[in-house]
Amino acid sequence: MSDDHRPMIECQAVQKYYGDYHALRGIDLAIREGEFFSLLGPSGCGKTTLLRTIAGFEGISSGAVLIDGKHMEDVPANKRPTNMVFQSYAIFPHLTVAQNVAFGLRRDPRGKAEKTALVEDVLKMVGLSGYGGRAAHELSGGQRQRVALARALILKPKVLLLDEPLSALDRKMREQMQVELIKLQRQIGITFVLVTHDQEEALVMSDRIAVMFEGEIAQLDGPEALYARPANRRVADFIGVMNFLPARILAETDEGARVEVAGLGEVELPRAQISRANPEDEGVMVGFRPETMTLMGPGQIHYQTRETGATIDEVVYYGDMTYYDLRLDGSARLDGRPRTVRISMRNVFGRDVQDVGTRTQLAWSPGSLVLFR
Amino acid sequence: MSQRSFEGSGLRIYAILYLLFLYAPIALLPVFAFNSGTIIAFPLQGFTTDWFAQMSTNSTLRRALGNSLTIAVSASILATCLGIFAARATTRFEFPFKGGIMGLIMVPMVLPEIIVAMSLLVVLLGAGLQLSILTVIAGHTLICMPYAIAILSTAFSSLDKSLEEAAYDLGETRWGAFRLVTLPLVMPGIISSLLISFTISLDEFIIAFFLAGNEPTLPTYIFSQLRFPKQIPMIMALGTVLVVLSIVLLAIGEYFRRRGIARISGKDSGGFQ
Repeated sequence: MSDDHRPMIECQAVQKYYGDYHALRGIDLAIREGEFFSLLGPSGCGKTTLLRTIAGFEGISSGAVLIDGKHMEDVPANKRPTNMVFQSYAIFPHLTVAQNVAFGLRRDPRGKAEKTALVEDVLKMVGLSGYGGRAAHELSGGQRQRVALARALILKPKVLLLDEPLSALDRKMREQMQVELIKLQRQIGITFVLVTHDQEEALVMSDRIAVMFEGEIAQLDGPEALYARPANRRVADFIGVMNFLPARILAETDEGARVEVAGLGEVELPRAQISRANPEDEGVMVGFRPETMTLMGPGQIHYQTRETGATIDEVVYYGDMTYYDLRLDGSARLDGRPRTVRISMRNVFGRDVQDVGTRTQLAWSPGSLVLFR
Repeated sequence: MSQRSFEGSGLRIYAILYLLFLYAPIALLPVFAFNSGTIIAFPLQGFTTDWFAQMSTNSTLRRALGNSLTIAVSASILATCLGIFAARATTRFEFPFKGGIMGLIMVPMVLPEIIVAMSLLVVLLGAGLQLSILTVIAGHTLICMPYAIAILSTAFSSLDKSLEEAAYDLGETRWGAFRLVTLPLVMPGIISSLLISFTISLDEFIIAFFLAGNEPTLPTYIFSQLRFPKQIPMIMALGTVLVVLSIVLLAIGEYFRRRGIARISGKDSGGFQ
């Protein structure tokens, strides 16, 4: 195994019960060294529990957790090579910024001058140079976040664990911190494990993402694969917006399937575009993202291969984007229920927003479709 | 005049009478403590500090004061230490019958003190224990506990649970995390619990009366002296000292409680507003 693909964290069949509640249902996971890894899922899916078992705050019912090749079973949280940034930041309110950052060095044999220099170095790294003397309550949310980062990073952990670290920040600050965290992770090169319920945040920041539902990993993939080829309908629904149309499989081979899609007609889909449906789903569905199809305006040029007639049902104007809800011609053909789909169009110069009720053409390509069966 | 403001003025008179009824008797204490007449009645005779001097030379009173201070200091420390355990357990952990157990600890707050005192007396005598200030300390610890827990639970519950975890995560031991992070942050609550328990114990009468045996405490001494009209001005002087002391202690306690809330920037949700 090559060195840069060495697993830093391994979870082997990890099970966790709280009484009767089955919080983790057999997690198998290998997080690579130097990777920015995210655990993404709705609240209650077990992502925070998994992070806390890696940190050592929660024991596991069965299975194994290994960090850097070592079993962590008998290693308590204060002896693990991991450090955590808490959702609430957990800045010690009775200590100054410098005392907070230096907290983990209490048992370090180095001299005072050396420690002071180290604290200043780490504060500089997170952009808080000169803030050492401030009291915790004098800091803004973003600054608290940085102190929490500095306090964890000063111990040079092999893994930094981040529990929804950006959820308390406002949107602008959050976007800024996302970029800074990515840069910081590349700069110091250690493994970051992020827990988030925000799919956009996970897509922006991660090398790989594990999507979790009800204590299980539903899909583990890079952001692009996750977005373009969700493994099942639930993942597709959770990450971004996806339209679904009922479909009927006409023929299936090893290479792919020929499918009739309500409103879109017959298409050939290769194996790579076929995903699992959930057991509770009714029937076969075809999904596509709103931005993969083009609404035809007068004189519009497009590179799609197919066209379908549609009527505009609803227009939602967002400034940079416009969302159109379209009623596709013939969408009721398979099950008798007409379907609307949502299309997003970038508002570029010279393209007018179309009105509700307009008859229009929708241009698309089979390459953007995913079959869930 | 509109009906609304007429109602307002009625309520204002009510509020003033209410406060007068509450505080006028206490305000009279220092007035008669400095009055040179031996009879507690107007008109005042003249100014004197004799009663305070008499108080300081009375040996039984000094003994009662010594007893009361020993009892109050011991009971407040015991109640606060036990309160810390209970408050931490109830705010940090889930365990079976938690509500019931906490309810039982809080019951002495609403139970008639005479019943607590009587049943303690019966149990102590039945167990063959000698009545002394030790038995009063036990009784006072029991009745101070609910107040200590009420104050300390607020202090502990307004503390973010992640703080101790963060200290542990940064390499401290569990005890180190508690000592370095939790204890300094709940210290204002601890001080305020000590002071309020001290005040409660210092002026408690019924339990002291039942359980002290032959030892006097301040309240039981005061009660015994009320039978002798000659002693009443001195009791007034003693009362004045106690009122001033209580106000000072409560003010210090409240100061620390508020400082604690300000320090961890929480919301004020109790105490003396």
